[in-house]
Amino acid sequence: MTAVLLTVFAPLAGALVLALLRSSYWAGWLNVAVAGLSLTASAWLARLVALDGEIAGLSFRVDAFNVYLVVLTAFVGLTTSIFSRPYMAHVRETQRTGAGGLRVYHAMYQAFMFTMLLALTTDNLGVLWVAVEGATLSTVLLVSLYRTPEAVEAAWKYFILCGVGIALALFGTVLTYFAALHVLDDPEAGLTWSVLYGHASDLEPAVMGIAFVFLLVGYGTKIGLVPMHQWLPDAHSEGPTPMSAVLSGLLLNVALYAVIRFKMLTDGSLAATTTPQLAGYMLMAFGMLSFLVAGLFLHRQRDVKRMFSYSSIEHMGLMTFAFGLGGPLATFGALLHMLVHSLTKSAIFVTVGHATHIAGTQDIDHIRGLIRTQPAVGWSLLIGVVAIAGFPPFGVFTSEFLLLTATMDAQPWFTIALLSGLAVAFAGLFRHLQPMVFGAAPEGQGPVTANMLPVMTHLALVLWLGLAIPPFLARWLDRATELIAGGHLL
Amino acid sequence: MTLAELPLLQQLLLVLAALVLFTSFVLLEQARLVSAIHAFAWQGALIAAITVIVATGGGAKHLYFSALLTFMLKVLLIPWMLHRQVQRLDLERHTQALRRPALVIMAAVALVVFSYWLALPMVAQELTFTRNIVAVSLAIVLIGLLMMVFRPQAVLQVLGFMSMENGLFLAAVSTTQGMPLLVELGVAFDVLVAMVLFGVFFLQIRDSIESLDVDRLNRLTETVENER
Amino acid sequence: MDYLLTFLPWLLAAVQALLYLALAPLLAGWLRRIKARLQNRRGPSLWQPYRDLYKLFGKEARVATTASPLFRAAPYIVFVATWLAAATVPLIAVDLPTAMVADIIVLAGLLALARFFLALAGMDIGTAFGGMGASREMLVSALAEPAMLMAVFTLAMTAHSTNLASMIDAQLAAGLVLRPSFLFALGALVLVAIAETGRIPVDNPATHLELTMIHEAMILEYSGRHLALMEWAAQIKLVLYGALIANVFFPWGIAQSTAPTALATGALVILLKLLALGVALAISETVLAKMRFFRAPALLNLALLLALLGLLGHVILEVGS
Repeated sequence: MTAVLLTVFAPLAGALVLALLRSSYWAGWLNVAVAGLSLTASAWLARLVALDGEIAGLSFRVDAFNVYLVVLTAFVGLTTSIFSRPYMAHVRETQRTGAGGLRVYHAMYQAFMFTMLLALTTDNLGVLWVAVEGATLSTVLLVSLYRTPEAVEAAWKYFILCGVGIALALFGTVLTYFAALHVLDDPEAGLTWSVLYGHASDLEPAVMGIAFVFLLVGYGTKIGLVPMHQWLPDAHSEGPTPMSAVLSGLLLNVALYAVIRFKMLTDGSLAATTTPQLAGYMLMAFGMLSFLVAGLFLHRQRDVKRMFSYSSIEHMGLMTFAFGLGGPLATFGALLHMLVHSLTKSAIFVTVGHATHIAGTQDIDHIRGLIRTQPAVGWSLLIGVVAIAGFPPFGVFTSEFLLLTATMDAQPWFTIALLSGLAVAFAGLFRHLQPMVFGAAPEGQGPVTANMLPVMTHLALVLWLGLAIPPFLARWLDRATELIAGGHLL
Repeated sequence: MTLAELPLLQQLLLVLAALVLFTSFVLLEQARLVSAIHAFAWQGALIAAITVIVATGGGAKHLYFSALLTFMLKVLLIPWMLHRQVQRLDLERHTQALRRPALVIMAAVALVVFSYWLALPMVAQELTFTRNIVAVSLAIVLIGLLMMVFRPQAVLQVLGFMSMENGLFLAAVSTTQGMPLLVELGVAFDVLVAMVLFGVFFLQIRDSIESLDVDRLNRLTETVENER
Repeated sequence: MDYLLTFLPWLLAAVQALLYLALAPLLAGWLRRIKARLQNRRGPSLWQPYRDLYKLFGKEARVATTASPLFRAAPYIVFVATWLAAATVPLIAVDLPTAMVADIIVLAGLLALARFFLALAGMDIGTAFGGMGASREMLVSALAEPAMLMAVFTLAMTAHSTNLASMIDAQLAAGLVLRPSFLFALGALVLVAIAETGRIPVDNPATHLELTMIHEAMILEYSGRHLALMEWAAQIKLVLYGALIANVFFPWGIAQSTAPTALATGALVILLKLLALGVALAISETVLAKMRFFRAPALLNLALLLALLGLLGHVILEVGS
């Protein structure tokens, strides 16, 4: 139990301290320290869960599904904080933001980590909602940190669109509570996920169906599903690069996690009706739409961070589709994909941060010859894009392969759409990447000090996961698959 | 059970719910910012009254606390904060008329009908006397959404958002006698933080585009990309 | 005595119709008096409208040379139509023979007939002001009719009939019931009544500025007995709407039998209700200002919206499981 509390509340304590700390120098290091503490606690927690099964208590619940997400969140939080320390110092030097802005940045960074970890570990659906909304609120000021008109616009769009989405998700939560009250005796337990999951088949199907629609549209806005994705490219490209990394890598996962928790309840409720697959079909529809539309939009982008945020939308669409497809194979693939996509995407954004630092702009047409100017950055970007495009032997290839196999098994015609979407996205990414990495470097472009260790760690992990998934991780994913899809893969 | 057979208190509840829907329409159509803030305050007051009546009608006791919380937050604190922002931004005499009032009102009425249709399966379940108000609360949420779409002014968008939260609170009160207290506190806290952040944003937007007309926030679009 | 018993309801109906005639100028006088008091004046006597009508009936009716026969006939048609419409609205007692024709659709039709001839008369002479008044009146009524009918249908949905007497009976039978639909229908009908009877904020009945007139502009050319009939018709219309609102929404006190005590109570109660409505109207006329004409549609759209919300509220909130 202490492990859970430490993991979740260490960032909160860190946020409070960072809000009061005036020195930017020490704030950067404290940020890293708190993130490290949280990671240690989460690793301890993971070990406890691996030994004892699941841990529950005080409205927290860590089972096979969310434990690895917790570790992933803490890990990416740490590596990004390591990257962000010198990066934000540079931002401060170039006057893009002031001392107050940095204080807000560091405090909100840890507050954001707190809300995400709370959302992942809570057993109460209402607290889940509060935490996801808190995650939005804590990042809103960070997107507009640079105070340019574009940044303010992006932040406003983010705030309004995600606010609306979250409000609809709250309605879905209220409807779920309404359905639960019919079935349970204790009104206080009406929002406890584990209790509801036990009584899922008793929940009224009509109400749960409507509730799921609202929840999918609501939390789907935060995942970035088309057509509710309008805020994502703007918010991820206008904020500081560490923000883009954690938003793309972590927050989207948390929102998808919330949707899947509700899907498990809905599936149990609808199991006895004439349309037991309704939730799955909705997920597949939104997922496929997001996947295809984002892949097409990739081609039109001129801003490098926007391009990669469309790539995030595309991958989240793929994961949503996989979860919608159901079955052990697709679910295992989707869970693995959540893991590797986070690692790869955050690594890419960190590298892109360095690349924009070298070139002085985010415009793709003006970033050239990275491999000549600073080979570490160039090669990292190249490998990162290769990984995210789904090349073997990286982990993304494994998860996509699993998904394609599952699709061919269950819905063969969708395989064509998936393959063409993957090809379109691949073409878009490489078309933009090639001149950026290999083109002729402009005059006067020099290397910058860049700690590439976080990036290389991430990419190495992704490679390792593609070549040989370690047994404990495979067992974790398998248990999560069993929890969600009802059947083992391994 | 027809209306005439319900106890007087429950009839009053239905009247108050209808009045909340009316304030939602008033909010949608108001051109003056200060009047819109007052309409929002009235909406909050009516919802707090409904909560008190549900609590006296045999609901959970923590509903009294929720009603007090709603009253203090939605009737006093948030309108006061908005009013102060409006004063600071010199928008007190500012009017922003609805561009196509007839169409928007018709859309709002269509949304009311739509929420009624959507709430039918829930209403079919025999529950407490408040189940009829679910359709009204969903309509308030959707009309708040409509307001955010069709009123391109930052303060009015915030009012639309807050009105959505009002509708959600009413939904919780009417279907489930209020959510567990912890969740309600969390939601109220989130709303308060959101309001504070909105206040910060008004200043940032005004500093960047010299007005609060959200339509002017249009640098980030897909078509502009090609011109860069 | 038997023939008296079968005769009595018809007699009562006739008495009620005459009471409308008699009460109309009184209500107008009461309104003027209260408004004057609110403006810190003494105001004219309560019986002044009677004296005005008497004076007008004695004067010569001058008719323009460009007038057609319609011009001479219109005052009579308008007066009779309005009076007939009023006679059907239950004033003192509900169970009268006229109750059978007391259908709201009939009421709306008779008022529309009166309005039609009034507008034609306004245009008949060919002056600019008459045409302007007629077109404005048509605009206002074109928007007010749907609102009134929508409000009426809302009421009819609860009472399951558009007959006024049935509605009042249903209301009395149900006791004190708070209906959201009735609340909104009341709001809508009040706004419609203000528009149709030409009161502030839609039209100022006491104005002498022709460009701001609606009703007055149409009767600008009338004099003598014609003018008396037109004025009286307008006053009867005001009592009609007042009695409609008072008796349909707050029917307690109206006589449901022909017993003398019930009738006396009914008469007293309706008098008090009308006087109270008069005070409310006077206060609102003093507090509000006349709107510019192009804003009148906004007010009537509000009335339509209220009526529509009443209807929706009835379906959503009031229909039981």
